[in-house]
Amino acid sequence: MSGYATGIVAILCINLIFAYAIFVTAAAGQLNLGGAGFQAIGAYTAAWLSSNAGQPVIVTIPLAMVTTALIGFLISFPVLRTRGVYMVLATFAFGQFVSGFLLRSPTFGGAIGMVVSDYVGVGLLVAAAIITTGLVFFLMASRLGLAIRSIHDDEPVSTIMGVNVRAVQVTTFTIGGALAGLSGALYAHHFSFVEAQYFNSLLSIYVLLFVLIGGTQTAWGPLVGSLFFTLLPEVLRVGGSWRYVVFGVAIVAMMVLRPQGIVTRELVSRLSPRNWFGSRPAPAARLADGG
Amino acid sequence: MLLEVEGLDVRYGRTHAVRAVSLSVGQDEVVTVLGANGAGKTSLLRALQGMVPAAGGQIRFDGVDITRMSPPQRLQRHLALVPEGRQIIISLSVHENLLMGAYCRHDAGVSRDVDGIYDRFPNLAARRDMPASVLSGGEQQMLAISRALLAKPRLMMLDEPSLGLSPLLVERLFGLLGSLRDEGLAILLVEQNTQMALEVASRGLVMELGNVVLEGSADALRHNDRLAAAYLGHAAPAAGPVSPPATPPSSNGRA
Repeated sequence: MSGYATGIVAILCINLIFAYAIFVTAAAGQLNLGGAGFQAIGAYTAAWLSSNAGQPVIVTIPLAMVTTALIGFLISFPVLRTRGVYMVLATFAFGQFVSGFLLRSPTFGGAIGMVVSDYVGVGLLVAAAIITTGLVFFLMASRLGLAIRSIHDDEPVSTIMGVNVRAVQVTTFTIGGALAGLSGALYAHHFSFVEAQYFNSLLSIYVLLFVLIGGTQTAWGPLVGSLFFTLLPEVLRVGGSWRYVVFGVAIVAMMVLRPQGIVTRELVSRLSPRNWFGSRPAPAARLADGG
Repeated sequence: MLLEVEGLDVRYGRTHAVRAVSLSVGQDEVVTVLGANGAGKTSLLRALQGMVPAAGGQIRFDGVDITRMSPPQRLQRHLALVPEGRQIIISLSVHENLLMGAYCRHDAGVSRDVDGIYDRFPNLAARRDMPASVLSGGEQQMLAISRALLAKPRLMMLDEPSLGLSPLLVERLFGLLGSLRDEGLAILLVEQNTQMALEVASRGLVMELGNVVLEGSADALRHNDRLAAAYLGHAAPAAGPVSPPATPPSSNGRA
Protein backbone atom coordinates (compact mmCIF):
# COMPACT_ATOMS: atom_id res chain seq x y z
CA MET A 1 0.00 0.00 0.00
CA SER A 2 1.36 3.45 -0.88
CA GLY A 3 2.04 5.95 1.87
CA TYR A 4 -0.89 8.04 0.65
CA ALA A 5 -3.34 5.14 0.81
CA THR A 6 -2.03 4.06 4.22
CA GLY A 7 -2.52 7.58 5.53
CA ILE A 8 -6.12 7.63 4.33
CA VAL A 9 -6.89 4.20 5.81
CA ALA A 10 -5.36 5.29 9.14
CA ILE A 11 -7.35 8.51 9.35
CA LEU A 12 -10.50 6.65 8.23
CA CYS A 13 -10.09 4.14 11.10
CA ILE A 14 -9.49 6.92 13.64
CA ASN A 15 -12.45 8.92 12.32
CA LEU A 16 -14.67 5.85 12.42
CA ILE A 17 -13.92 5.09 16.07
CA PHE A 18 -14.31 8.79 16.86
CA ALA A 19 -17.66 8.85 15.02
CA TYR A 20 -18.89 5.89 17.05
CA ALA A 21 -17.92 7.76 20.22
CA ILE A 22 -20.23 10.61 19.24
CA PHE A 23 -22.86 8.24 17.82
CA VAL A 24 -23.39 6.35 21.08
CA THR A 25 -24.50 9.55 22.83
CA ALA A 26 -26.36 10.88 19.78
CA ALA A 27 -28.31 7.59 19.54
CA ALA A 28 -29.71 8.38 23.00
CA GLY A 29 -30.64 11.89 21.80
CA GLN A 30 -27.64 13.78 23.20
CA LEU A 31 -25.55 15.97 20.90
CA ASN A 32 -21.89 16.25 21.84
CA LEU A 33 -20.07 19.11 20.12
CA GLY A 34 -17.00 18.70 22.32
CA GLY A 35 -15.74 15.50 20.71
CA ALA A 36 -12.30 16.95 19.93
CA GLY A 37 -11.83 17.68 23.64
CA PHE A 38 -12.34 14.01 24.54
CA GLN A 39 -10.12 12.89 21.68
CA ALA A 40 -7.42 15.37 22.74
CA ILE A 41 -7.44 14.07 26.31
CA GLY A 42 -7.05 10.52 25.01
CA ALA A 43 -4.23 11.52 22.67
CA TYR A 44 -2.34 13.55 25.28
CA THR A 45 -2.77 10.90 27.99
CA ALA A 46 -1.27 8.28 25.68
CA ALA A 47 1.45 10.69 24.52
CA TRP A 48 2.45 11.66 28.06
CA LEU A 49 2.44 8.06 29.34
CA SER A 50 4.48 6.94 26.36
CA SER A 51 7.08 9.74 26.20
CA ASN A 52 7.37 10.90 29.82
CA ALA A 53 6.55 7.76 31.77
CA GLY A 54 8.00 5.31 29.23
CA GLN A 55 4.93 3.06 29.27
CA PRO A 56 4.29 0.58 26.43
CA VAL A 57 1.29 0.84 24.10
CA ILE A 58 -0.49 -1.98 25.96
CA VAL A 59 -0.66 0.38 28.97
CA THR A 60 -1.06 3.79 27.33
CA ILE A 61 -4.10 2.99 25.19
CA PRO A 62 -6.22 1.38 27.93
CA LEU A 63 -5.26 4.11 30.41
CA ALA A 64 -6.18 6.80 27.87
CA MET A 65 -9.58 5.12 27.46
CA VAL A 66 -10.13 4.88 31.21
CA THR A 67 -9.25 8.57 31.62
CA THR A 68 -11.65 9.77 28.93
CA ALA A 69 -14.36 7.38 30.12
CA LEU A 70 -14.05 8.85 33.61
CA ILE A 71 -14.18 12.39 32.22
CA GLY A 72 -17.18 11.46 30.09
CA PHE A 73 -18.87 10.07 33.20
CA LEU A 74 -18.14 13.17 35.30
CA ILE A 75 -18.98 15.70 32.59
CA SER A 76 -22.32 13.97 31.88
CA PHE A 77 -23.81 15.16 35.18
CA PRO A 78 -23.61 18.91 34.51
CA VAL A 79 -24.17 18.44 30.76
CA LEU A 80 -27.33 16.34 31.22
CA ARG A 81 -28.88 19.21 33.14
CA THR A 82 -29.04 21.06 29.82
CA ARG A 83 -31.12 20.27 26.76
CA GLY A 84 -31.05 20.73 23.00
CA VAL A 85 -29.00 23.67 21.81
CA TYR A 86 -27.79 24.37 25.36
CA MET A 87 -26.32 20.90 25.58
CA VAL A 88 -24.54 21.51 22.27
CA LEU A 89 -23.12 24.76 23.70
CA ALA A 90 -22.08 23.14 27.00
CA THR A 91 -20.18 20.33 25.27
CA PHE A 92 -18.68 22.85 22.83
CA ALA A 93 -17.40 24.89 25.78
CA PHE A 94 -15.84 21.74 27.22
CA GLY A 95 -13.96 21.09 23.96
CA GLN A 96 -12.74 24.68 23.83
CA PHE A 97 -11.61 24.49 27.45
CA VAL A 98 -9.56 21.34 26.80
CA SER A 99 -7.74 22.69 23.73
CA GLY A 100 -7.13 26.02 25.48
CA PHE A 101 -5.74 24.24 28.52
CA LEU A 102 -3.42 22.03 26.46
CA LEU A 103 -2.20 25.02 24.44
CA ARG A 104 -1.09 26.78 27.64
CA SER A 105 0.17 23.82 29.64
CA PRO A 106 3.98 23.41 29.68
CA THR A 107 3.61 19.81 30.91
CA PHE A 108 2.01 18.88 27.59
CA GLY A 109 4.34 20.90 25.39
CA GLY A 110 2.05 23.93 24.95
CA ALA A 111 1.76 25.14 21.36
CA ILE A 112 4.79 23.07 20.32
CA GLY A 113 3.00 19.78 20.96
CA MET A 114 4.45 16.44 22.01
CA VAL A 115 6.41 13.73 20.26
CA VAL A 116 5.09 10.23 20.97
CA SER A 117 7.79 7.57 21.25
CA ASP A 118 5.94 4.32 20.53
CA TYR A 119 4.56 3.78 17.02
CA VAL A 120 1.43 1.82 16.18
CA GLY A 121 0.99 0.56 12.64
CA VAL A 122 -2.08 0.80 10.44
CA GLY A 123 -2.85 -2.89 11.02
CA LEU A 124 -3.72 -2.28 14.67
CA LEU A 125 -5.82 0.74 13.69
CA VAL A 126 -7.85 -1.38 11.27
CA ALA A 127 -8.28 -4.08 13.92
CA ALA A 128 -9.40 -1.51 16.51
CA ALA A 129 -11.87 0.01 14.04
CA ILE A 130 -13.35 -3.40 13.20
CA ILE A 131 -13.65 -4.39 16.87
CA THR A 132 -15.24 -1.02 17.76
CA THR A 133 -17.73 -1.36 14.91
CA GLY A 134 -18.63 -4.88 16.04
CA LEU A 135 -19.06 -3.79 19.65
CA VAL A 136 -21.29 -0.85 18.75
CA PHE A 137 -23.48 -3.09 16.56
CA PHE A 138 -23.70 -5.53 19.47
CA LEU A 139 -24.51 -2.69 21.89
CA MET A 140 -27.32 -1.37 19.70
CA ALA A 141 -28.84 -4.85 19.44
CA SER A 142 -28.71 -5.37 23.20
CA ARG A 143 -31.20 -4.51 25.91
CA LEU A 144 -29.24 -1.30 26.61
CA GLY A 145 -29.36 -0.49 22.89
CA LEU A 146 -33.15 -0.88 22.94
CA ALA A 147 -33.34 1.55 25.86
CA ILE A 148 -31.00 3.98 24.02
CA ARG A 149 -33.19 3.99 20.91
CA SER A 150 -36.33 4.28 23.00
CA ILE A 151 -34.95 7.33 24.83
CA HIS A 152 -33.99 8.88 21.49
CA ASP A 153 -37.65 8.69 20.51
CA ASP A 154 -39.44 9.52 23.72
CA GLU A 155 -37.93 10.06 27.16
CA PRO A 156 -41.20 10.20 29.18
CA VAL A 157 -42.55 6.98 27.66
CA SER A 158 -39.21 5.25 28.23
CA THR A 159 -39.55 6.19 31.90
CA ILE A 160 -43.05 4.70 31.99
CA MET A 161 -41.57 1.49 30.53
CA GLY A 162 -39.18 1.34 33.48
CA VAL A 163 -36.03 2.74 31.85
CA ASN A 164 -33.80 4.76 34.16
CA VAL A 165 -33.25 7.46 31.54
CA ARG A 166 -30.56 9.33 33.42
CA ALA A 167 -28.51 6.18 34.09
CA VAL A 168 -28.63 5.22 30.41
CA GLN A 169 -27.55 8.70 29.33
CA VAL A 170 -24.65 8.73 31.79
CA THR A 171 -23.62 5.30 30.46
CA THR A 172 -23.64 6.51 26.86
CA PHE A 173 -21.49 9.51 27.76
CA THR A 174 -19.04 7.17 29.51
CA ILE A 175 -18.87 4.72 26.59
CA GLY A 176 -18.55 7.67 24.19
CA GLY A 177 -15.70 9.06 26.30
CA ALA A 178 -13.86 5.74 26.21
CA LEU A 179 -14.18 5.43 22.42
CA ALA A 180 -13.10 9.04 21.83
CA GLY A 181 -10.07 8.34 24.07
CA LEU A 182 -9.26 5.23 22.02
CA SER A 183 -9.38 7.20 18.78
CA GLY A 184 -7.14 9.89 20.30
CA ALA A 185 -4.60 7.40 21.66
CA LEU A 186 -4.43 5.63 18.29
CA TYR A 187 -3.97 8.98 16.57
CA ALA A 188 -1.08 9.88 18.91
CA HIS A 189 0.69 6.56 18.46
CA HIS A 190 0.21 6.34 14.70
CA PHE A 191 1.21 9.88 13.77
CA SER A 192 3.85 10.00 16.58
CA PHE A 193 3.04 13.62 17.29
CA VAL A 194 0.21 15.54 18.97
CA GLU A 195 -0.49 19.25 18.98
CA ALA A 196 -3.40 21.08 20.59
CA GLN A 197 -4.25 22.95 17.37
CA TYR A 198 -5.32 19.71 15.66
CA PHE A 199 -8.09 19.09 18.22
CA ASN A 200 -10.00 22.25 17.35
CA SER A 201 -13.70 23.01 17.14
CA LEU A 202 -13.76 22.24 13.42
CA LEU A 203 -12.86 18.63 14.25
CA SER A 204 -15.74 18.45 16.74
CA ILE A 205 -18.09 19.83 14.09
CA TYR A 206 -16.88 17.38 11.45
CA VAL A 207 -17.29 14.33 13.62
CA LEU A 208 -20.79 15.39 14.65
CA LEU A 209 -21.55 15.86 10.94
CA PHE A 210 -20.28 12.31 10.17
CA VAL A 211 -22.81 11.03 12.67
CA LEU A 212 -25.78 13.27 11.87
CA ILE A 213 -25.41 12.92 8.09
CA GLY A 214 -24.71 9.21 8.34
CA GLY A 215 -27.78 8.80 10.55
CA THR A 216 -28.29 8.17 14.25
CA GLN A 217 -30.94 5.45 13.98
CA THR A 218 -28.62 2.51 13.32
CA ALA A 219 -24.94 1.69 13.80
CA TRP A 220 -24.56 1.76 9.99
CA GLY A 221 -24.89 5.56 10.04
CA PRO A 222 -21.45 6.51 11.40
CA LEU A 223 -19.84 3.88 9.14
CA VAL A 224 -21.37 5.42 6.02
CA GLY A 225 -20.90 8.97 7.35
CA SER A 226 -17.20 8.63 8.10
CA LEU A 227 -16.49 6.80 4.83
CA PHE A 228 -18.31 9.53 2.95
CA PHE A 229 -16.64 12.43 4.74
CA THR A 230 -13.13 10.95 4.75
CA LEU A 231 -13.14 9.78 1.14
CA LEU A 232 -15.14 12.50 -0.61
CA PRO A 233 -12.54 15.28 -0.04
CA GLU A 234 -9.87 12.91 -1.37
CA VAL A 235 -11.91 12.06 -4.46
CA LEU A 236 -12.59 15.76 -5.02
CA ARG A 237 -8.88 16.58 -4.70
CA VAL A 238 -8.58 16.55 -8.53
CA GLY A 239 -10.82 19.62 -8.68
CA GLY A 240 -8.39 21.89 -6.79
CA SER A 241 -9.85 24.38 -4.33
CA TRP A 242 -13.30 23.97 -5.88
CA ARG A 243 -13.53 20.78 -3.86
CA TYR A 244 -14.49 22.77 -0.77
CA VAL A 245 -17.41 24.28 -2.64
CA VAL A 246 -18.56 20.89 -3.94
CA PHE A 247 -18.12 19.41 -0.46
CA GLY A 248 -20.22 22.17 1.10
CA VAL A 249 -22.95 21.79 -1.50
CA ALA A 250 -22.95 18.02 -0.91
CA ILE A 251 -23.48 18.55 2.84
CA VAL A 252 -26.35 20.98 2.28
CA ALA A 253 -27.92 18.64 -0.26
CA MET A 254 -27.72 15.74 2.22
CA MET A 255 -29.41 17.77 4.91
CA VAL A 256 -32.22 18.83 2.57
CA LEU A 257 -32.77 15.42 1.00
CA ARG A 258 -32.30 13.17 4.03
CA PRO A 259 -32.66 15.15 7.25
CA GLN A 260 -32.78 11.90 9.27
CA GLY A 261 -29.36 10.85 7.89
CA ILE A 262 -28.27 8.68 4.96
CA VAL A 263 -28.95 5.37 6.72
CA THR A 264 -32.31 4.92 8.44
CA ARG A 265 -33.79 1.84 10.07
CA GLU A 266 -36.26 1.64 7.22
CA LEU A 267 -33.43 1.57 4.67
CA VAL A 268 -31.57 -1.13 6.60
CA SER A 269 -34.66 -3.34 6.81
CA ARG A 270 -35.39 -2.83 3.10
CA LEU A 271 -31.83 -3.83 2.18
CA SER A 272 -31.64 -6.76 4.57
CA PRO A 273 -31.41 -10.18 2.80
CA ARG A 274 -34.49 -11.43 4.67
CA ASN A 275 -36.68 -9.02 2.75
CA TRP A 276 -35.33 -9.70 -0.74
CA PHE A 277 -37.90 -12.34 -1.53
CA GLY A 278 -41.08 -10.42 -0.86
CA SER A 279 -41.81 -11.22 2.79
CA ARG A 280 -44.33 -8.40 3.03
CA PRO A 281 -47.43 -9.75 4.76
CA ALA A 282 -50.34 -10.52 2.50
CA PRO A 283 -53.27 -8.05 2.64
CA ALA A 284 -55.36 -10.83 4.23
CA ALA A 285 -53.25 -10.51 7.36
CA ARG A 286 -54.74 -7.12 7.94
CA LEU A 287 -57.90 -8.77 9.31
CA ALA A 288 -60.94 -6.73 10.13
CA ASP A 289 -59.20 -4.39 12.54
CA GLY A 290 -59.04 -1.34 10.29
CA GLY A 291 -59.37 2.24 11.38
CA MET B 1 -56.96 -3.20 48.99
CA LEU B 2 -54.33 -3.32 46.24
CA LEU B 3 -54.09 0.44 45.71
CA GLU B 4 -54.94 2.92 48.44
CA VAL B 5 -54.67 6.64 47.85
CA GLU B 6 -55.22 9.08 50.68
CA GLY B 7 -55.52 12.83 50.33
CA LEU B 8 -53.38 13.02 47.19
CA ASP B 9 -52.44 16.53 46.03
CA VAL B 10 -50.79 17.43 42.72
CA ARG B 11 -49.64 20.94 41.98
CA TYR B 12 -48.04 22.47 38.90
CA GLY B 13 -46.68 25.71 40.28
CA ARG B 14 -49.75 27.62 41.38
CA THR B 15 -52.19 25.29 39.69
CA HIS B 16 -53.74 22.83 42.10
CA ALA B 17 -54.59 20.03 39.68
CA VAL B 18 -55.56 17.28 42.13
CA ARG B 19 -57.04 18.22 45.52
CA ALA B 20 -56.98 15.74 48.38
CA VAL B 21 -58.19 12.81 46.29
CA SER B 22 -58.71 9.50 48.07
CA LEU B 23 -59.53 6.29 46.28
CA SER B 24 -58.90 2.58 46.44
CA VAL B 25 -58.79 -0.31 44.00
CA GLY B 26 -59.12 -3.90 45.22
CA GLN B 27 -57.69 -7.11 43.74
CA ASP B 28 -59.42 -7.97 40.44
CA GLU B 29 -61.62 -4.91 40.61
CA VAL B 30 -62.21 -2.29 37.90
CA VAL B 31 -62.59 1.27 39.14
CA THR B 32 -63.24 4.12 36.75
CA VAL B 33 -62.46 7.82 37.15
CA LEU B 34 -64.80 10.00 35.14
CA GLY B 35 -64.85 13.71 34.47
CA ALA B 36 -64.52 16.39 31.82
CA ASN B 37 -61.30 17.69 30.30
CA GLY B 38 -59.16 19.45 32.88
CA ALA B 39 -60.78 17.71 35.84
CA GLY B 40 -57.40 16.38 36.95
CA LYS B 41 -57.81 12.76 35.85
CA THR B 42 -54.58 12.57 33.87
CA SER B 43 -52.67 14.39 36.62
CA LEU B 44 -54.00 11.82 39.08
CA LEU B 45 -52.67 8.93 36.96
CA ARG B 46 -49.35 10.69 36.36
CA ALA B 47 -48.92 11.09 40.11
CA LEU B 48 -49.85 7.45 40.70
CA GLN B 49 -47.21 6.35 38.18
CA GLY B 50 -44.68 8.81 39.62
CA MET B 51 -44.26 11.02 36.55
CA VAL B 52 -45.20 14.05 38.67
CA PRO B 53 -44.43 14.25 42.37
CA ALA B 54 -47.24 14.16 44.92
CA ALA B 55 -47.47 17.51 46.68
CA GLY B 56 -49.25 15.84 49.59
CA GLY B 57 -50.99 12.66 50.65
CA GLN B 58 -50.00 9.04 50.47
CA ILE B 59 -50.08 6.28 47.85
CA ARG B 60 -49.93 2.69 49.07
CA PHE B 61 -49.64 -0.21 46.65
CA ASP B 62 -49.90 -3.75 47.92
CA GLY B 63 -49.39 -2.49 51.45
CA VAL B 64 -46.18 -0.57 50.63
CA ASP B 65 -45.85 3.22 50.63
CA ILE B 66 -44.80 4.09 47.05
CA THR B 67 -45.42 7.85 47.29
CA ARG B 68 -41.74 8.72 46.80
CA MET B 69 -40.78 5.94 44.39
CA SER B 70 -39.64 6.55 40.80
CA PRO B 71 -41.77 5.29 37.88
CA PRO B 72 -39.38 2.35 37.17
CA GLN B 73 -39.59 1.29 40.84
CA ARG B 74 -43.38 1.39 40.75
CA LEU B 75 -43.40 -0.61 37.53
CA GLN B 76 -41.21 -3.26 39.15
CA ARG B 77 -43.86 -3.54 41.84
CA HIS B 78 -46.28 -4.34 38.98
CA LEU B 79 -48.12 -1.04 38.69
CA ALA B 80 -48.35 -0.25 34.96
CA LEU B 81 -49.73 2.71 33.02
CA VAL B 82 -51.12 2.86 29.49
CA PRO B 83 -50.62 6.58 28.82
CA GLU B 84 -53.01 8.93 27.08
CA GLY B 85 -52.68 8.94 23.31
CA ARG B 86 -51.05 5.46 23.41
CA GLN B 87 -47.50 6.81 23.19
CA ILE B 88 -46.00 3.87 21.41
CA ILE B 89 -42.42 4.34 20.29
CA ILE B 90 -42.88 4.88 16.58
CA SER B 91 -39.35 4.29 15.30
CA LEU B 92 -39.07 0.93 17.04
CA SER B 93 -40.66 -2.13 15.49
CA VAL B 94 -43.80 -3.69 16.94
CA HIS B 95 -41.70 -6.46 18.46
CA GLU B 96 -39.23 -4.00 20.00
CA ASN B 97 -42.11 -2.03 21.50
CA LEU B 98 -43.29 -5.21 23.19
CA LEU B 99 -39.78 -5.90 24.46
CA MET B 100 -39.74 -2.38 25.91
CA GLY B 101 -42.88 -3.33 27.83
CA ALA B 102 -40.94 -6.14 29.47
CA TYR B 103 -37.87 -3.93 30.03
CA CYS B 104 -38.39 -3.86 33.78
CA ARG B 105 -38.40 -7.67 33.98
CA HIS B 106 -35.38 -9.89 34.45
CA ASP B 107 -37.03 -13.30 34.31
CA ALA B 108 -36.79 -15.89 31.56
CA GLY B 109 -40.49 -15.89 30.67
CA VAL B 110 -40.45 -12.79 28.46
CA SER B 111 -40.34 -14.51 25.08
CA ARG B 112 -43.12 -16.91 26.10
CA ASP B 113 -45.26 -13.97 27.22
CA VAL B 114 -44.55 -12.09 23.99
CA ASP B 115 -45.69 -15.16 22.05
CA GLY B 116 -48.82 -15.15 24.20
CA ILE B 117 -49.49 -11.56 23.12
CA TYR B 118 -49.06 -12.53 19.44
CA ASP B 119 -51.56 -15.35 19.92
CA ARG B 120 -54.01 -12.93 21.43
CA PHE B 121 -53.49 -10.21 18.81
CA PRO B 122 -52.75 -11.79 15.40
CA ASN B 123 -52.65 -8.30 13.87
CA LEU B 124 -49.59 -7.48 15.92
CA ALA B 125 -47.96 -10.79 14.96
CA ALA B 126 -48.47 -9.97 11.29
CA ARG B 127 -46.64 -6.66 11.73
CA ARG B 128 -43.97 -7.96 14.10
CA ASP B 129 -40.96 -6.43 12.33
CA MET B 130 -42.59 -3.31 10.93
CA PRO B 131 -42.09 0.10 12.51
CA ALA B 132 -44.90 0.74 14.97
CA SER B 133 -45.77 3.92 13.04
CA VAL B 134 -47.52 1.85 10.34
CA LEU B 135 -50.15 0.55 12.79
CA SER B 136 -53.71 1.83 12.69
CA GLY B 137 -55.14 3.63 15.72
CA GLY B 138 -56.82 0.49 16.99
CA GLU B 139 -53.70 -1.59 16.55
CA GLN B 140 -51.62 1.05 18.33
CA GLN B 141 -53.98 0.85 21.30
CA MET B 142 -53.69 -2.95 21.30
CA LEU B 143 -49.89 -2.55 21.23
CA ALA B 144 -49.96 -0.03 24.10
CA ILE B 145 -52.09 -2.36 26.23
CA SER B 146 -50.00 -5.40 25.28
CA ARG B 147 -46.85 -3.50 26.21
CA ALA B 148 -48.28 -2.73 29.64
CA LEU B 149 -49.39 -6.37 30.06
CA LEU B 150 -45.82 -7.56 29.44
CA ALA B 151 -44.75 -5.76 32.62
CA LYS B 152 -46.93 -8.38 34.38
CA PRO B 153 -49.02 -5.74 36.14
CA ARG B 154 -51.19 -6.44 39.14
CA LEU B 155 -52.90 -3.12 38.52
CA MET B 156 -53.14 -1.55 35.08
CA MET B 157 -54.02 2.12 34.81
CA LEU B 158 -55.39 3.34 31.49
CA ASP B 159 -55.70 6.99 30.50
CA GLU B 160 -58.60 7.47 28.07
CA PRO B 161 -57.92 4.40 25.97
CA SER B 162 -61.01 4.97 23.81
CA LEU B 163 -59.86 8.42 22.64
CA GLY B 164 -59.91 8.70 18.86
CA LEU B 165 -61.19 5.17 18.19
CA SER B 166 -64.19 4.37 16.01
CA PRO B 167 -67.31 3.09 17.84
CA LEU B 168 -66.63 -0.46 16.66
CA LEU B 169 -63.08 -0.35 18.03
CA VAL B 170 -64.28 1.21 21.29
CA GLU B 171 -66.66 -1.72 21.63
CA ARG B 172 -63.80 -4.14 21.05
CA LEU B 173 -61.50 -2.27 23.45
CA PHE B 174 -63.98 -2.51 26.30
CA GLY B 175 -64.53 -6.16 25.45
CA LEU B 176 -60.80 -6.65 25.96
CA LEU B 177 -60.83 -4.76 29.27
CA GLY B 178 -63.75 -6.92 30.41
CA SER B 179 -61.86 -10.13 29.63
CA LEU B 180 -58.72 -8.84 31.36
CA ARG B 181 -60.89 -8.10 34.39
CA ASP B 182 -62.30 -11.63 34.23
CA GLU B 183 -58.73 -12.97 34.12
CA GLY B 184 -58.13 -11.27 37.47
CA LEU B 185 -56.36 -8.03 36.51
CA ALA B 186 -57.19 -4.98 38.61
CA ILE B 187 -57.83 -1.90 36.45
CA LEU B 188 -58.01 1.82 37.17
CA LEU B 189 -59.67 3.32 34.13
CA VAL B 190 -59.79 7.04 33.35
CA GLU B 191 -62.43 7.69 30.73
CA GLN B 192 -64.66 10.27 29.13
CA ASN B 193 -66.78 7.55 27.60
CA THR B 194 -68.88 7.33 30.76
CA GLN B 195 -71.38 4.76 29.55
CA MET B 196 -68.85 2.18 28.41
CA ALA B 197 -66.63 2.76 31.43
CA LEU B 198 -69.50 2.13 33.85
CA GLU B 199 -70.37 -1.09 32.07
CA VAL B 200 -66.94 -2.61 32.68
CA ALA B 201 -66.31 -1.06 36.11
CA SER B 202 -67.77 -2.07 39.45
CA ARG B 203 -67.21 1.33 41.07
CA GLY B 204 -66.59 4.85 39.85
CA LEU B 205 -65.52 8.33 40.89
CA VAL B 206 -66.36 11.61 39.22
CA MET B 207 -63.80 14.41 39.30
CA GLU B 208 -64.39 18.11 38.78
CA LEU B 209 -61.65 20.75 39.03
CA GLY B 210 -59.35 18.40 40.91
CA ASN B 211 -61.93 17.23 43.45
CA VAL B 212 -63.85 14.00 43.70
CA VAL B 213 -67.46 15.21 43.57
CA LEU B 214 -69.28 11.92 43.28
CA GLU B 215 -68.47 8.36 44.17
CA GLY B 216 -70.38 5.12 44.16
CA SER B 217 -71.09 1.76 42.58
CA ALA B 218 -71.26 1.66 38.80
CA ASP B 219 -75.01 0.96 39.00
CA ALA B 220 -75.71 3.94 41.19
CA LEU B 221 -73.61 6.23 39.01
CA ARG B 222 -75.26 4.99 35.83
CA HIS B 223 -78.57 6.18 37.16
CA ASN B 224 -77.31 9.35 38.77
CA ASP B 225 -78.98 12.44 37.36
CA ARG B 226 -76.13 14.79 37.99
CA LEU B 227 -73.77 12.53 36.05
CA ALA B 228 -76.35 11.92 33.38
CA ALA B 229 -76.91 15.63 32.89
CA ALA B 230 -73.22 16.42 32.79
CA TYR B 231 -71.79 13.56 30.76
CA LEU B 232 -74.43 11.41 29.19
CA GLY B 233 -75.81 14.24 27.14
CA HIS B 234 -79.48 14.23 28.06
CA ALA B 235 -81.44 16.32 30.52
CA ALA B 236 -82.38 14.45 33.65
CA PRO B 237 -85.73 14.67 35.36
CA ALA B 238 -85.60 16.43 38.71
CA ALA B 239 -84.92 13.85 41.39
CA GLY B 240 -82.77 13.00 44.38
CA PRO B 241 -79.09 12.10 44.33
CA VAL B 242 -79.68 8.53 43.20
CA SER B 243 -82.84 8.27 41.19
CA PRO B 244 -84.68 5.12 40.21
CA PRO B 245 -83.82 3.76 36.78
CA ALA B 246 -85.05 6.34 34.32
CA THR B 247 -84.89 5.93 30.57
CA PRO B 248 -81.58 4.22 29.89
CA PRO B 249 -79.19 6.56 28.10
CA SER B 250 -79.17 5.64 24.46
CA SER B 251 -76.73 8.05 22.90
CA ASN B 252 -73.01 7.45 22.59
CA GLY B 253 -71.54 8.43 25.95
CA ARG B 254 -69.52 11.37 24.72
CA ALA B 255 -70.36 14.65 26.41
